[in-house]
Amino acid sequence: MSYFSILLGIILVNNYVLAQFLGICPFLGVSKKLDSAVGMGVAVIFVMVLATAVTWPIQQLLNRFEIGYLQTIVFILVIAALVQFVEMALKKFIPSLHKALGVYLPLITTNCAVLGVCISNIDDGYTYLQSLVNSLGAGIGFLLAMVIFSGMRRKIEDNTDVPRAFQGVPITMTAAALLSLAFMGFGGLV
Amino acid sequence: MEKKSSKLAILTKGIIKENPNLVLLLGTCPTLATTSSALNGAGMGVSAMAVLICSNIVISLLSKIIPDKVRIPCYIVVIAGFVTVVQFVLKAFVPSLYNSLGLFIPLIVVNCIILGRAEMFASKNNVVDSALDGIGMGLGFTLSLTVIGAVRELLGAGSIFGIALPWLNAHPMMIIALAPGGFFIYACTIAAINFITKGKGVKGSFDCHGCAMASICQQEKCLAELEKGVEA
Repeated sequence: MSYFSILLGIILVNNYVLAQFLGICPFLGVSKKLDSAVGMGVAVIFVMVLATAVTWPIQQLLNRFEIGYLQTIVFILVIAALVQFVEMALKKFIPSLHKALGVYLPLITTNCAVLGVCISNIDDGYTYLQSLVNSLGAGIGFLLAMVIFSGMRRKIEDNTDVPRAFQGVPITMTAAALLSLAFMGFGGLV
Repeated sequence: MEKKSSKLAILTKGIIKENPNLVLLLGTCPTLATTSSALNGAGMGVSAMAVLICSNIVISLLSKIIPDKVRIPCYIVVIAGFVTVVQFVLKAFVPSLYNSLGLFIPLIVVNCIILGRAEMFASKNNVVDSALDGIGMGLGFTLSLTVIGAVRELLGAGSIFGIALPWLNAHPMMIIALAPGGFFIYACTIAAINFITKGKGVKGSFDCHGCAMASICQQEKCLAELEKGVEA
């Protein structure tokens, strides 16, 4: 499988948010404003790639000692520690980047998309480089979905014609359904 | 007498009044992803319930020992331990369910219902109350996943709990069983609750005020700071 087809597949066809339902909470929670959607998306790309870079070798180590079943516990702790560490490092060394991304980092610890991408890289049997590309693509797909959806939400929230029962959360979810339907059009691309 | 009724209230509030994913709108990811059929939804619900009850009991027992500053990592370790147990049990006894739930079994660790209950209830209450709370919340979660799963299976595949129904089976609406249908049926379910309760039913919202994780992820604080432009 070429790197390009992995990238295209994970961004458009198997988009993490719209086709695989990972990371729905930040997708719905932080997509109200475009700038926060972009900030969250970039932070997720950053953490996903970094988490994969760390967890993939750890899994090889676990396999070597035949304790691969500890995957869940080890991965979540590694990701939580990593996010804390990255936040501290950014604050100290690159304050401008910390100002832009720092607020989203604590949220990401318990984001299922990050743990999900680390585990699915192992499950799919990707090599180290393929895993990194896959994580990058998953993050870009997340950013893409967030940006499009924040635009859609602004239109919806201005609209006052929504039936009363559908106001608020239901109409947001319906919009997400339509966006997901649009992304299904990419099916069979890869 | 009063004590008894309050125990009953703890048990039942999770089922309808504070149903975790239809009223409080928590745990959206597994709700959307595992409800392609009623059996999958029920399986996910029961797995999460098992983890929730066990982790509530253990966390409430340990709440005095765990230092406040590192409580979240401690909760996560306890939850992850039970998730691994559930993973083994499913793999050994119901491999078909294990395969269809796939990635979402390890992801029970990051389910905000479980960590939210640990933080909001189990760490502050005694063992019996925490166990009852776990059972109630777990039942509510299982119930709503099963209902959404049944609706999606009925419309999407024309069967219910795997039993094919005569006319519907010949005219399935495939899209309902796929990803967009998940969003749409969930939207319709919440809208139905809104309609029945005249807008008073759904308490949660997708901003940080409605999120059980607010105290953990500090997003509320962060958002306020974001608006002020102060460095976190």
